Amino acid sequence: MKTKAFVTVLYILFLLLPIYWLLNMSLKTNEEILSTFTLWPQDLTFANYMVIFTDASWYNGYINSTIYVVLNTIITLLVALPAAYAFSRYNFMGDKHLFFWLLTNRMAPPAVFALPFFQLYSSVGLFDTHIAVALAHCLFNIPLAVWILEGFMSGVPREIDETAYIDGYSFPRFFTRIFTPMISSGIGVAAFFCFMFSWVELLLARTLTSVDAKSISATMTRTVSASGLDWGVLAAAGILTIIPGILVIYFVRNYIAKGFALGRV
Amino acid sequence: MNKWSDNRAWWLVLPVVLIVAFSAVIPLMTVVNYSFQDTFGNNEFFWEGVGWFQEVLRSDRFHDAMGRQFLFSFIILAIEIPLGIVIALAMPRKGFWVPFCLILMALPLLIPWNVVGTIWQIFGRIDIGLLGAFLDNIGVEYNYTQNTLDAWVTLVVMDVWHWTSLVVLLCYAGLQSIPDAYYQAARIDGASKWATFRYIQLPKMNRVLLIAVLLRFMDSFMIYTEPFVVTGGGPGNDTTFLSIDLVQMAIGQFDLGPAAAMSLIYFLIILLFSWVFFTVMSYLDRVEN
Repeated sequence: MKTKAFVTVLYILFLLLPIYWLLNMSLKTNEEILSTFTLWPQDLTFANYMVIFTDASWYNGYINSTIYVVLNTIITLLVALPAAYAFSRYNFMGDKHLFFWLLTNRMAPPAVFALPFFQLYSSVGLFDTHIAVALAHCLFNIPLAVWILEGFMSGVPREIDETAYIDGYSFPRFFTRIFTPMISSGIGVAAFFCFMFSWVELLLARTLTSVDAKSISATMTRTVSASGLDWGVLAAAGILTIIPGILVIYFVRNYIAKGFALGRV
Repeated sequence: MNKWSDNRAWWLVLPVVLIVAFSAVIPLMTVVNYSFQDTFGNNEFFWEGVGWFQEVLRSDRFHDAMGRQFLFSFIILAIEIPLGIVIALAMPRKGFWVPFCLILMALPLLIPWNVVGTIWQIFGRIDIGLLGAFLDNIGVEYNYTQNTLDAWVTLVVMDVWHWTSLVVLLCYAGLQSIPDAYYQAARIDGASKWATFRYIQLPKMNRVLLIAVLLRFMDSFMIYTEPFVVTGGGPGNDTTFLSIDLVQMAIGQFDLGPAAAMSLIYFLIILLFSWVFFTVMSYLDRVEN
């Protein structure tokens, strides 16, 4: 029992140490970071965070990222719900092939799509808009959401559908009033994954935006190359990108283990 | 579960097909288009046939990037899968600490990939990073921007830090689905710890492990952001993986033809692995039902 606890604690320490170091740096002045090596801030300062909260080019990055992540999650769930229902309940022409084709998109390297996406969205006038990034991220989020939701839906017995139809429910009414609430935990998990993969992605978000919809990840990489190395602000920006993740995990903590098994345990 | 046969189900799938087709099929066709043509600018294109494919398949640059990519994915899987199983077995099964552990372990998964890169870029620096300074203090020569081995070690440790939790959470979910009665039966039979693991826990985990192997293989195979931020593909080209090479070629040098051909080859490799995985998974599904 002792060794087990030891392994777990050791692993968590390994996970937290680099994050602590980032937090530590974000609370120091640049002089302290570069001149002396200290394990905790000697001269505690929130100036780095103030830079981010007062400079529009910084905080807009967070707003832009949030907008396209939310858009992406909404679009993904709206289209993935009926599709997952179809896959979990019906045999139809080409269903296996279609499912496989969807999954291959989850596995397509974003690097393959970066340049064509840029040209496609430029040609339809969507370049540098939030919706472009949201749609581009659908490429890998929709297949994943369909996959997760299908797993959860298959866990609901078909007799429930049949009973509802006998009771005179139409399909849309049954789907919205009875079925969707029954798999709400699955929807939460799918939303969590959409949020997660859209929030952490950099390559497509950077390729498809320049000014108006620039994501926080892109803001961070460009600042590094442009203005030299302002380590303190960079660290503070990094810490701030972790916070939404913590909030989201907190809300889905009870489903997280099942969700990571994609509803298929 | 028996399913209803009804082709009208296509209407439910149609929105997904349209959106994914817009963001997958059209761009893919653009890539195919470029891969068979050459251009001298001004939007004039000439038929090139399979020339680019031959060039890419024969070039050392592609072979090297491919070799590094497979080596990296292999190392990642060899470390993360066993480590993930061990930690999942060590985690508490119920009680106050469970949500606490889960939240902390999921944390690295939700950090944007470039921030993961930044964290490790800082962490490994000798002057301002904890790890770099520590290694320097105990007398280890460590410099991930100059030394190939150090760069690789940094990237591997970073990936282990970033993604092992995914394997842990998947295995943990598999373990949670084992009823207590199984363990009690094992105890009555006097089964050793190893036997419990081999005949009760491992079979219950095989499906989630399959998902874990697939996800880790795919994601490590298309890794871009983290090595790009930490090493930028260097020193030299020693950590230039396929995606980094591809982006350099397509967006950096604007060599559309070779880049497109390389994209397609890259995509076909991934497709092949997906197909194998999908076949195995549907086979397991059939066996279980």
